[in-house]
Amino acid sequence: METTATHHADMHRDDDASKIGMWLFIFTEILLFGGLFIVYSVYRFRNPVAFHIAHEELSITMGLINTIILLISSATVAISISAIQKNDRKISMMMLGLTLLFALIFLVNKYFEWGAKFEHGMYPGSDLMTMLSHGDMLFFSLYFFMTGLHAVHIIVGMILLSVSLFKVRSGAIHSTRFVLLENSGLYWHLVDLIWIFLFPLFYLIH
Amino acid sequence: MSKDNHHHIVEYRNHILVLALLIALTVITVAITSVELGPYNTAAAMVIASIKAAIVLLYFMHLRFDQKIYRFMATIVILIFMAVIVVTFFDYLYR
Repeated sequence: METTATHHADMHRDDDASKIGMWLFIFTEILLFGGLFIVYSVYRFRNPVAFHIAHEELSITMGLINTIILLISSATVAISISAIQKNDRKISMMMLGLTLLFALIFLVNKYFEWGAKFEHGMYPGSDLMTMLSHGDMLFFSLYFFMTGLHAVHIIVGMILLSVSLFKVRSGAIHSTRFVLLENSGLYWHLVDLIWIFLFPLFYLIH
Repeated sequence: MSKDNHHHIVEYRNHILVLALLIALTVITVAITSVELGPYNTAAAMVIASIKAAIVLLYFMHLRFDQKIYRFMATIVILIFMAVIVVTFFDYLYR
């Protein structure tokens, strides 16, 4: 018992504080994207026709597939956390691997989606883009900026989840100590949360 | 100091059910917005997106099971954000 006592005394650890810290960070992210959503809605309100016509350039099918992929990846992260709580490392690692795979598929889809636009000469700063009307230009600039910033978040999320996966494998994350996995999971759900609003705003509303 | 029961384990089955619900809501949004409803299109899409966001926050992000402090903080942030939206649109609508 002596050893466990010193063990606890040596290790300064506060899972609740880590989680509150993560939530505070998530709130700043929500306000960052929230600000962009407000910019989008104000410009949409001022250029309704241009936004309507420009939105038809985006493929609803592509957006729908990516939405479903992200939702599934969110569920696999949630299952991975339940699994580590039940001390089932195998399932936990499998689910994290699946999440990373889905994240990669999402990015590949994004690559093809953006790639098709680039091929048509549509990218920020291109000749075509500068020739567009004010409203169209705003729509596509916001589209590239917001989906691009979201993709950056996907990449950061993938890094966090990969680190968690390695730590589950090495045993550093286990059934009584999994706050890193939990926080990475929270981050991943945030990425999903943002996409839940990006998808209807850019692809569906007309 | 720390509570033993603070980690609620959600069953795999429940995660799958939540996922099915979220996918169903996504398909419903696409179906609704493909019909011409005028201004209600935007309203419907945003209402469903908010329901989906609430489900993700409560179940996947564990707000429903965790300590109340997380739910409390999240609610305040959402209220602040909504207040900013209202103020912005009052400005643009009645300028």
